[in-house]
Amino acid sequence: MTTAATTHHSAVLEHRDRFRPRQAAGKGHVSVRNVDIVFDTHHGPHTAVQGAQLEIQPGEFVCLLGPSGCGKSTLMNVVAGFVKPRHGELLVDGQPVAGPGPDRGMVFQQHSLFPWKTVKDNVAFGPLMAGVGPREAESVSRTFLSLVGLSGYADAYPSTLSGGMQQRVGIARALANYPSVLLMDEPFGALDAQTRTMMQENLLEIWSEFRNTVLFVTHDIDEAIFLSDRIVVMSASPGRIIADIRVKLERPRQAELLTSPAFMALKRECLALIREQTLHAFEQQNRKH
Amino acid sequence: MSVKPGPFQASSAVVPSSTGERGVIQADGAATETVVGTDAVGAAVEASHARLPANWRRYLVRIAALVVAVMIWHLAAVNDLNLYLRFENVPNPVVVGTEFIAQLSSQTFYLHILHSMERIAIAYGLAVVIGIALGVMMGRSRFAEDIILPYIEILRPIPAVAWIPLAILMMPTEQASIVFITFLGALFPIVLNTVHGVEQTPKVLVRAARSLGASNAAILRHVVLPGALPSIVAGLAIGMGVAWFSLLAGEIISGQYGIGYFTWSAYTLVEYPKIIIGMLVIGGLGSLCTLLVRKGCAPLLRWQKEAGRS
Ligand SMILES: Nc1ncnc2c1ncn2[C@@H]1O[C@H](COP(=O)(O)OP(=O)(O)OP(=O)(O)O)[C@@H](O)[C@H]1O
Ligand SMILES: [Mg+2]
Repeated sequence: MTTAATTHHSAVLEHRDRFRPRQAAGKGHVSVRNVDIVFDTHHGPHTAVQGAQLEIQPGEFVCLLGPSGCGKSTLMNVVAGFVKPRHGELLVDGQPVAGPGPDRGMVFQQHSLFPWKTVKDNVAFGPLMAGVGPREAESVSRTFLSLVGLSGYADAYPSTLSGGMQQRVGIARALANYPSVLLMDEPFGALDAQTRTMMQENLLEIWSEFRNTVLFVTHDIDEAIFLSDRIVVMSASPGRIIADIRVKLERPRQAELLTSPAFMALKRECLALIREQTLHAFEQQNRKH
Repeated sequence: MSVKPGPFQASSAVVPSSTGERGVIQADGAATETVVGTDAVGAAVEASHARLPANWRRYLVRIAALVVAVMIWHLAAVNDLNLYLRFENVPNPVVVGTEFIAQLSSQTFYLHILHSMERIAIAYGLAVVIGIALGVMMGRSRFAEDIILPYIEILRPIPAVAWIPLAILMMPTEQASIVFITFLGALFPIVLNTVHGVEQTPKVLVRAARSLGASNAAILRHVVLPGALPSIVAGLAIGMGVAWFSLLAGEIISGQYGIGYFTWSAYTLVEYPKIIIGMLVIGGLGSLCTLLVRKGCAPLLRWQKEAGRS
């Protein structure tokens, strides 16, 4: 995989320089400023996220960690431009986000490939929409498929691939657009533990090529520590950011790291901090009611 | 099962539902059936490569079943059976067969078929274009749906026969009135199945396309339409069945040419073998056209077949 990745390094950069020169290195600064997200439901307004404040530097790998239903996806959907915040502001590279756009690529949890397009055409979709010709789009697509190790499946339909392979296509499709921010919403959540670990390793390898900003949602603390530079922890209803932890583990990281003493120590530290902050959040809530 | 003669499928799509629902349920039922049907055909084709003898036996059974029916008909007709059903005026298969061969060398016979096919082609072509366009508009825009749906609700339950008087009064020519009735018959199943397919577009795919930089037009072309296609194809097949159904109603009551006119005038002229020939030609052409629609659309649905295989 490592060799494959380096071989394609030049091809990857060449395509980028040709059709997305603006999204070269140094882009991908995300600024979430005091964001409240409120849904109008049958029972009245429901605050999903409250007072979210977050600065992500270009090239940072940030994991958003929290219990189910705490608003991780919702916050990510605001960054993606699918959901509008009730209050607050969201800037990407200084520009307010008005809607979804190709500068922010998205990898969904599952079932997001176009079932009527072949694997190759799925990956070529972004470049095609960006206006490059069909031939160049196909060549971009082939480059990215070999990057995720799926060259042999270019002409297959997504439904004939395993879940893990489909997610790799999803990653290739998002990256083929050279997004300055890559948004990933529990992309490995539906995979078995073995496949998941392999996918995490692969992701880091591929990301080392791009070094773009990644915002990665998970509720798995091991995954968060293994992948990220920073873990942003959210509390449950309404979702609030309760901790911001730096992960100072060296890169490149391999699966062995998961059982190393350094990893264990950091995990223990994180768990203690999360526990403390969660209790604190609960107390605050109780005082309010 | 996927090549059922039109009218049987048609009736389920045309009957108004008593609950006042939009009949999408029936359309949906048909859609699912078609999907299953296509898969079953695919599976059967695969199986036929592996086990030819097993399939041969099934075809033999089918042919035998038809032969038995023809024999019963023959015996009943030859012996002038009169058991509530009266067979004394029904010609036997040999007479019908002889007459059919005679018709095959008659130019008017082909003229009748040609006229019917021409009406089907014009009416069905219009229904496909207008039906899919209306369906997509309704599926994508609530406003368009609110404007168009009341018309469909009111007009859809009216059977083709009931349109005949008004069509004759309003249309400039007899040809136009028959085409109009045929068009209406094909239109409704196509519209409703298109709406149904378009409304089922998965939200995650639209989001994925948007964050890959797709415009509204690109989303329509690359996401909404391909996703709705299985349902649209089911609507096209049902629409073809209903088109024949409606065409015949129109041709029986008015017209000078057409296979429906051929059948009805055989009755009024006491040429009974030609009644049965007319009926069989209608059944055969109806099935053939529906089959053509299905086969013609099959390449567009290849992705679905591959999915079923895994
Ligand atoms: N479109 C919506 N309308 C109303 N409520 C919504 C909507 N989307 C999300 N919510 C609510 O917002 C809250 C946060 O949901 P969200 O999906 O962001 O959680 P999550 O942290 O991603 O959970 P999970 O880990 O299970 O994916 C939940 O209470 C959910 O019910
Ligand atoms: Mg979620």
